[in-house]
Amino acid sequence: MNDVLTLDDVHITYHTSSGGVPAVRGVDMTVRKGEVVGLAGESGCGKSTIAGAILRLLPSKTKIEGTITLDGENVLEMKPGRLRAVRWTGASIIFQGAMHALNPVKSVGDQIAEAIVVHQQSAGREARVRVGSLLEQVGLPSRRMQDYPHELSGGQKQRVMIAMALACSPSLVIADEPTTALDVMVQAQVLRLMKELQRELGLSMIFITHDLSVLVETSDRLAIMYAGKIVEEGPADKVFHSPQHPYTEALAAAFPEIGDDRFRGKPMGLGGDPPDPADVPSGCSFHPRCPKAFEDCPTIEPDLYPAGEGRRAACLLVPAAKDRAGAPA
Amino acid sequence: MQAPPLKPGGDPQIIAPRTPESLPELRSPRRIRWTRRRIALKRFWRQYRRSKMGLAGLAILIFFIGMAIFAVVADPSGADPSQTSGPVLSPPSREYPLGTDDFGLSVLTLVVQGSKISLLVGLTASVISMSIGATVGIVAGYRGGAIDTFLMRVTDFGLVIPWLVLAIVLASIIGQSLGAIILVIGVTSWPATARLVRAQVLSIRERPYIERARALGASNRHMIWHHVLPNSMPVIFANTILTIAIAILSEAALTFLGLGDPTNPSWGSMLDAATEAGATTLGAWWWIGAPGVCITLVVLAFTMCGFAMDEIINPKLRDR
Repeated sequence: MNDVLTLDDVHITYHTSSGGVPAVRGVDMTVRKGEVVGLAGESGCGKSTIAGAILRLLPSKTKIEGTITLDGENVLEMKPGRLRAVRWTGASIIFQGAMHALNPVKSVGDQIAEAIVVHQQSAGREARVRVGSLLEQVGLPSRRMQDYPHELSGGQKQRVMIAMALACSPSLVIADEPTTALDVMVQAQVLRLMKELQRELGLSMIFITHDLSVLVETSDRLAIMYAGKIVEEGPADKVFHSPQHPYTEALAAAFPEIGDDRFRGKPMGLGGDPPDPADVPSGCSFHPRCPKAFEDCPTIEPDLYPAGEGRRAACLLVPAAKDRAGAPA
Repeated sequence: MQAPPLKPGGDPQIIAPRTPESLPELRSPRRIRWTRRRIALKRFWRQYRRSKMGLAGLAILIFFIGMAIFAVVADPSGADPSQTSGPVLSPPSREYPLGTDDFGLSVLTLVVQGSKISLLVGLTASVISMSIGATVGIVAGYRGGAIDTFLMRVTDFGLVIPWLVLAIVLASIIGQSLGAIILVIGVTSWPATARLVRAQVLSIRERPYIERARALGASNRHMIWHHVLPNSMPVIFANTILTIAIAILSEAALTFLGLGDPTNPSWGSMLDAATEAGATTLGAWWWIGAPGVCITLVVLAFTMCGFAMDEIINPKLRDR
């Protein structure tokens, strides 16, 4: 079995006082062994919700439908005890905002060891030796395990979070915007470190961010999300350099290439705001903001159509969609 | 003469992490645990010693604890009203360094005898109060929902009912003894602590490191012991110290109402007797002053020790 994680038609609905809010509306996704899948999209498109659903960390009233298979086991059917055992050993998370994900009153060594001790993999000195080697792996001297979070810089804290994610050698690491709070130089260092570790340890990863340029460098495959759905997926560099969906095109164009005359003096952005998950536009949910929208867009909801080798895109302009567009789905 | 060539990456012997094999032979787990505790205690003392405030507080506490121990050993007849010999309401003199009360008893003897009861009641009652208050607060704040609502209504009930009435009813059920007084004060003074701790826990519960711990696969018990409790310790601690003062004074009130053991003098009962006899209008400042200063000093000492310990427990306050 080569697939570490499979999401099959996953729908996630948050419970609010004014009724259900669908945050994820039918997502299929596969992460193979040793593969890095990038998940990109604007705020509120459902990226982090998917991350939370894999370890069932969402509020208890949230409705999750479909199947999430981690290492051949359906996460949604696990009993609480089994679920606790799978957390961190099956999949771990590198949280966004390392500043707050560390307990201020405990040394970072204790917090990295926490995962090892909770899962009873080892304890005492043995655990400390493991923590030391984990810290060296992420480029921090092992003596820093005695330090408290406030004694570390932002980049160092993020390295601690990475070490923590690796503590139980999980089959899948979910990086949820791991570099958002860092400045560009530190961001580059942390990304390089994660890439090295991924290659060295053959990690399977989901990399979540809104920064498409980061994903092109780190991911093998890319999935672009919009309003709770995947609108385009395929090999990372192809998706970035020849986008098939207008939304991907807009995201990619938002990163000007220095020295390229096409970008000179005119930064390109995408107007409007992402839709309210409680009130998603009809048809293709992107049509109100789409520069290429035509009369079918508000009525026909596009599926993910094949769009080249190993690629799919949910747009009626994709050649494969044209044959089906006559017969509304 | 040439300096030894620098090896790239430094001396491997320095860098190599210590492996379990290189550690000394492990003895029985129990001995290891005790060794580790002794080391932790030593480290604690080393840090504590640096705080002048903490040392001063500790000195005052040791003084009063020594006084209480002395009171247990010493002859208590000096505090017995039937054995009086001195002049009534005499100001401090060579024979009576803290003066005498309206029976002619030495205030110094009374203060020494009283320290025993006051310290015992103050400490044990506040430990009981803290345990109940912290447990209720943490469980209510952490679990939320129906459990929270239920526990908080019980707490409100405890806050709303006049304390003295509840204490009198309880004391009459349990019976009249020192133990009963301690128990009554302990079980009636926790609601304020519970509310404060719950408020703190509600804020801790939403912090990202709690979510991280849940993602780690930690159980509720682990999360309470390793994340919630250490972070709410400053609040619990500060409250306990305040409760000590309240407990010492409550003991006085209950004894005054005849619910305690009147033959055992305490600072609280001295204050009550002095107020009742009109010590202020009589100008007998020593009679009120002596037990008052003692209570103030004990509370101050606990507060100072509390500050010093807070600096050790809370790593952000610790200077390195």
